Amino acid sequence: MCLFQCIMNYFPEEVLEHVFDFLTSHRDRNAVSLVCKSWYNVERCSRKKVFIGNCYAVNPELVIARFPRFQSLTLKGKPHFADFNLVPHDWGGYVQPWIEALAKNGISLEELRLKRMVVSDESLELLSKSFPNFKSLTLVSCEGFSTDGLAAIASNCRYLRELDLQENEVDDRKGHWLSCFPDSCTSLVSLNFACLKGEVNAAALERLIARCRNLKSLRLNHAVPLETLQKILVQAPQLNDLGTGSFVNDPYSESYFKLKAVLQKCTSVKSLSGFLDVNPRCLPSIYPICTNLTSLNLSYAPGIQSNDLIKLIVRCKKLERLWILDTIGDKGLEVVAATCKELQELRVFPSDLHGVGNAAVTEEGLVAISAGCPKLNSILYFCQQMTNAALITVAKNCPNFIRFRLCTLNPVIPDAVTNQPLDDGFGAIVQSCKGLKRLSVSGLLTDQVFLYIGMYAEQLEMLSIAFAGDSDKGMLYVLNGCKKLKKLEIRDSPFGNMALLSDVGKYETMRSLWMSSCEVTYGACKTLAEKMPRLNVEVINENEEMEGRPKDKHRVEKMYLYRTLVGARKDAPPFVWTL
Amino acid sequence: MSLNNQLESEYSGSLKTELTLGLPGGAQAPKSAVKRGFSDTVDLNLYTNSEDEVNVATHTQPPPAKGQVVGWPPVRSYMKKKMMTVNCKYVKVAVDGAPYLRKLDLQIYTSYKELLVAFQNMFTCLTICNVIANESKIVDISNGTEYLPAYEDKDGDWMLVGDVPWNMFVESCKRLRLIKSCEKLKLMKSSASLETSSSTSC
Repeated sequence: MCLFQCIMNYFPEEVLEHVFDFLTSHRDRNAVSLVCKSWYNVERCSRKKVFIGNCYAVNPELVIARFPRFQSLTLKGKPHFADFNLVPHDWGGYVQPWIEALAKNGISLEELRLKRMVVSDESLELLSKSFPNFKSLTLVSCEGFSTDGLAAIASNCRYLRELDLQENEVDDRKGHWLSCFPDSCTSLVSLNFACLKGEVNAAALERLIARCRNLKSLRLNHAVPLETLQKILVQAPQLNDLGTGSFVNDPYSESYFKLKAVLQKCTSVKSLSGFLDVNPRCLPSIYPICTNLTSLNLSYAPGIQSNDLIKLIVRCKKLERLWILDTIGDKGLEVVAATCKELQELRVFPSDLHGVGNAAVTEEGLVAISAGCPKLNSILYFCQQMTNAALITVAKNCPNFIRFRLCTLNPVIPDAVTNQPLDDGFGAIVQSCKGLKRLSVSGLLTDQVFLYIGMYAEQLEMLSIAFAGDSDKGMLYVLNGCKKLKKLEIRDSPFGNMALLSDVGKYETMRSLWMSSCEVTYGACKTLAEKMPRLNVEVINENEEMEGRPKDKHRVEKMYLYRTLVGARKDAPPFVWTL
Repeated sequence: MSLNNQLESEYSGSLKTELTLGLPGGAQAPKSAVKRGFSDTVDLNLYTNSEDEVNVATHTQPPPAKGQVVGWPPVRSYMKKKMMTVNCKYVKVAVDGAPYLRKLDLQIYTSYKELLVAFQNMFTCLTICNVIANESKIVDISNGTEYLPAYEDKDGDWMLVGDVPWNMFVESCKRLRLIKSCEKLKLMKSSASLETSSSTSC
């Protein structure tokens, strides 16, 4: 080690920096920073991209002090369960202080990626005016802004390459934000406004596309009619990634005929999505594209029934990623298994969210996929029922899972054949899939499944638990066993104070812990907060009638704790108590 | 009743719970006084104010509907909202003499021609015969029976398909029926006659 250090220190810093340039993953760069002081310094001054998994773990000033020359920032805000309405509105996750700090300190920001954060129009305007080289904005599951904020981005970011809006709640002011891109803007490479509800000016859109010759990715919202899509595709046959707007037309009309002709020329399209409004009779127009597709997202296309889905998929032999609704059925999944031999990632979402009782998929579909798709490594599967036998078979067929998320529509349903808990099935998954990083379990589960997880899931980083387990032992197995655990989220499970307090140091090795509708009490949360000053232990109180604080013995409905370098956050709303 | 007592009585005879979502048949629920299973979350009255209430519960939220729990299945609220906005107009389609009905989403078609093709696809024994311009007939080629498409409109009247512009038709159509041609006369008689014009001819 001494000799090595001497050798490495012989090289001037520029050389070290050049070597570090090859390290793009933030984990690698973090590891390199720990080697010695000089490496720490060289690395921190040369880091271009900063990833912050929890915006409250640090503050902007600390980040700027350590990485004075970064150009790209990724921030995540609310806990994951906020996606499912478990976190109250106004909990936090504001990007404004970050943008202010970056602007004040002269950071030359070029890229900003936000997930589950609150973004205001004011923030977007400040962003658009403070960073002359700003190139790329990605917002995922964010809220708090309107199309006015987008207008500011369009107007002021002269070199904008990427505007990617994924699944945000945007207040659509029916303005002309898209028309705010100046005629001089020709730099767009990626434009995704699929989540917006309102119309955009079709002529402005066509002109924008026509002058952005480098445009590779375009995802329209459902207000863009098919006729406009056709005109756009004539201007941009070089697209790699296409999200359609409304796909409704009379298949006997001339505009449909023109669409078919232009789609035949779009040989570069590798990724396809959209189809929120769809006339299945118009789907044959996309058959020519199917042969080249590596990614297909039909999870927002409830209008396409199983037989039409199958007709599409049977042509997609190169598919690597497929997101679909459970309307595809087990039979449809068998077709996927027979056709898509390159498949790596599959997501099957539920189509029937109101319990009307439409057919979903079962364990049969999953087994078929596992048998037919040897490269499968990531799955999200919402299903009617599951069996241990099926999971054991899947585990044998697919030892390469990195992400395995199973969601039974009835969260405590037992094995459909034996009526037993699904412990052994998930046990087989964790035992077989040695590289498993993310796991979501569901169905009837006892402490046993957590024994398996603690024993075998050595690489597990994120675990989601709901309505599972019998006692504190379950949670203890996980905390003691999963050495690489970063995020643990638990709801409606009988884990309590004993499990919470057994190894308080563990939480500093993790990013966060969420527990809701469990058995932890207010007193235990206080104890934990006292013992661990570098954790923020937040209790979310939704009981408006309560005066003062609960008694120690009272159960806490929602608790979220996370490691932090900067203590209690100052922007917590009154219903969030940081203990 | 205190929370714990309520839990225990839920488990002492698991078949008693009306919401048997978890355990069909005789499978034993793991016995634990404080386990909160799925059925408890939904059935349980979380809003008691008794002294030995150990629950800092959400008093302000209304109890979830039976069988529905907040945030389950875990689908992003964005996705849920998006799916609810999808235009969907399913109407029942009956064929005289057929033992069961079908359903069609009128929103996905853009013309009468498409609708007829849909009938043809749905009831595979039928074919379209364009005999006269406005009155496309559908024929069961196995026995030569002719059918006329008719629909019940918002006022409850039975109308022949094809007279009004397509969009107007979609707006006002409540359900569809393929009437045997010979029945057509009967239908017109009963419509022309006084009282209710809602279909009684089936």
